[in-house]
Amino acid sequence: LVFTEEDKYGLYSNLLFKYFLAEGVVCGHDLFVASAKEHPDKILKELPAPLLDDTYRNELGEEATAVKSEDFQDSMKIAWRYQNLPKMEASPTTSTKFGHYYDVSKTMSPELFQSIKRHCFYLPEELTMQPKMKACNMNSAYARLLQSIQRIIYQEGFDGSDPQKKQKNILRIGIQSLGSMLWGDDICSSDTPEDIHSLTKFLYVLRGLLRKSLSACIVTVPAHLIQNKAIMERVTNLSDMVVGLESFIGSERETNPLYKDYHGLVHVHQIPRLNSLICDVSDTKDLAFRLKRKLFTIE
Amino acid sequence: VPFAPFLQSCSLCDVMFSSLEGVSLTAARERGQLVFLEGLKSCLDLLFGEEEEQSGQPSPLQFISGSASDLKALFDFVRTSLTPAGSDSWKGPVLLVDDLSVLLGLGTTPVAVLDFIHYCRVAVCSQLKGNVVVLVHSNEDSEDEENELVVNSLCHHSDLILWVEGLATGFCKDVHGQV
Repeated sequence: LVFTEEDKYGLYSNLLFKYFLAEGVVCGHDLFVASAKEHPDKILKELPAPLLDDTYRNELGEEATAVKSEDFQDSMKIAWRYQNLPKMEASPTTSTKFGHYYDVSKTMSPELFQSIKRHCFYLPEELTMQPKMKACNMNSAYARLLQSIQRIIYQEGFDGSDPQKKQKNILRIGIQSLGSMLWGDDICSSDTPEDIHSLTKFLYVLRGLLRKSLSACIVTVPAHLIQNKAIMERVTNLSDMVVGLESFIGSERETNPLYKDYHGLVHVHQIPRLNSLICDVSDTKDLAFRLKRKLFTIE
Repeated sequence: VPFAPFLQSCSLCDVMFSSLEGVSLTAARERGQLVFLEGLKSCLDLLFGEEEEQSGQPSPLQFISGSASDLKALFDFVRTSLTPAGSDSWKGPVLLVDDLSVLLGLGTTPVAVLDFIHYCRVAVCSQLKGNVVVLVHSNEDSEDEENELVVNSLCHHSDLILWVEGLATGFCKDVHGQV
């Protein structure tokens, strides 16, 4: 369960969201896209185009040389020990077998979609019938979403309930702007919300569904609007991976020369510990991102 | 050993423990030595289960459905696990709860959580001379007042407190944290 704290205007978290779904298309996974503000079909039309083997080296070659010429060779005074550490690899130099790269200036062609099964949940279009799920004092939009996810997992056999199904596949679930007012939750608009437990209950049940099926999920939340910080602490404990994006737009960091090459920071609040007692902690803790014409990179 | 992992599934726990020599959760379960309450599965059964499955015993996680905010059903589960039908009560049982902080986000109150732990202590520690091991989350600048209340109260009532945290000086490659 990847929990993403949206940046102030949702620009970059939206991009990350689309990357997750695009990766699903390229890998042949089934998709489940849920949103209360944008129709999922529209989101899917805007996925970035994958960079295929031969073209990507050229594309990235251009980007890489541009970066090198900007490298400043100033010697560091206080942080001199860091000078000798290698820069974190930002671009693929060898052909990677894990994950793909995308060109954000182009949208994915419809042919790539044809064989992909996609399930959409667009809140305004969902019927307002009573959810079959046992009453659990949860926000009804969340309850309906959970029921929809549970139904797809069961019907499509992602939970192994259909032994006939030979081809096992993965369900990639993307839920956009959870917790926002469009989902009927007031945790983003009030510091004394009516039901402080709705989001955490939702995540707990979602976690249960993910654990019992072959699925992965990304949830984006406008965390900067949630005034009750206790909720964010609880949410972190309920998620496997928690990442926050902070964009520099409109903040004083925009003019800080330290950040002149970047558009924002990436805060990793939690790394997953699945199938192991400890997690793989990377050496680099300070991450920033930038969005160039074709690439979104994290360095 | 009644083990209540609220956040991980049975199979993941099995995998994690399999790396420890001589410890096999699966074998322990088969011997009847280890009783699992898999919170996530219980919750799904409660919310998505068919009507017919709701026989006799209420779900241990009843409080999620909002019918009651107390943890009586959860305690009943613990108690019945400690006294399996047709045999003597366990000698020197250990109750493991992982983790208590999760319960607060699911609709229960700090008082209900503390009551539950109190009842467990009476049943496990006093009556059966066993031990209770509870995991909670906390941090210095936490704004989760309900959680801090639970943590402080537990600290007062505990015989041993193990506080595990990262280093105050920040991330370090060789030493991950302190106990």
